[in-house]
Amino acid sequence: MAEHQQHPLFLPLIFVGGLIFGFGLGFSHMARPEVVLNFLQFADLGLLFVMFGAAVVTGITFFGIERVRSKAPLTGAVYGRRLKTLDRNVVIGGGIFGVGWGLSGICPGAAYASLGVGNVFILYGIAGMFVGAYVQGFWRSTRAGSRQPGTTAD
Amino acid sequence: MTATGSAVAVLAEPFPNGISHYAIGGLLVGLETAVIYLGTGIPAGASTFLESTLSYGSSLSRFQQYRPSRDWRLVFTLGIVAGAAIYAATFQTALLSSGLHRSATTGELREIGGVTIWLTDVQPWRLFLGGVLIGIGTRLGKGCTSGHGVCGVGSASSASVVGVATFLLIAIGVAQLVQAMGVSP
Repeated sequence: MAEHQQHPLFLPLIFVGGLIFGFGLGFSHMARPEVVLNFLQFADLGLLFVMFGAAVVTGITFFGIERVRSKAPLTGAVYGRRLKTLDRNVVIGGGIFGVGWGLSGICPGAAYASLGVGNVFILYGIAGMFVGAYVQGFWRSTRAGSRQPGTTAD
Repeated sequence: MTATGSAVAVLAEPFPNGISHYAIGGLLVGLETAVIYLGTGIPAGASTFLESTLSYGSSLSRFQQYRPSRDWRLVFTLGIVAGAAIYAATFQTALLSSGLHRSATTGELREIGGVTIWLTDVQPWRLFLGGVLIGIGTRLGKGCTSGHGVCGVGSASSASVVGVATFLLIAIGVAQLVQAMGVSP
């Protein structure tokens, strides 16, 4: 994927995408943990419009583009939708993620955006996410190493 | 109250803050995914950044697979922070306003150097402990709300639908439990 970055517009496009994402998360108030908790506690279901509204736009784009052209202009990559393997990890990991999300009202994208709206307290959450990501990486690296060298996860 | 009026009231009840800013935010999140995907073919999720960034400082084998993407993922995340900062400097600061946008009814607004920042009231231990579980869960589970919830569901991926259903149901249960135990905010 390193060759992607050779196109002069690759990183600018990624940055602009990030800008739109961060602005949208700010505008929708999803960058506020309280709003997410209100949603999970059924006090305000408006967040449904953020998640499903976004997925509808994405779905139209993902399915529509494959009818028009086959390769992305900046990378030459063949368009392929986001399909991951369904296994036990998806359910166990999803469950652990759910406990964290329900406890805190934060998730990765919204947490980065929360920092952008000035919420410095979110650094507790972001620091926690790095600790968690490291813990699972340490565990999976050690396990993969002891089982069979060179096995890659996922 | 007329029949129409009560029907509107029933429909409005789950949405005490209206829906316009949520719907616009959702369209923008979808637009972000579309822009990046159309240009690069990458369905970008936000949580891989956690592992890819750890590869700068750790030689653990798990993180090395993300070395080729770690630079653009850093740029993506900086873009997210900057985009939210643009929102803070405009709508949050009331430099721009719209009937489609609501100002804060939660947390605390504070003015610093002409820009209004927003601060959460949710307690630090909840943010940190939640963050640790999110860091473990999202990477083990192959995605977060943006990866599974937006890109994956948009791809009609069965793994993502299962992932979203799992974390949404568990999160609802935990949030209700925390509330029932009197933890607030």
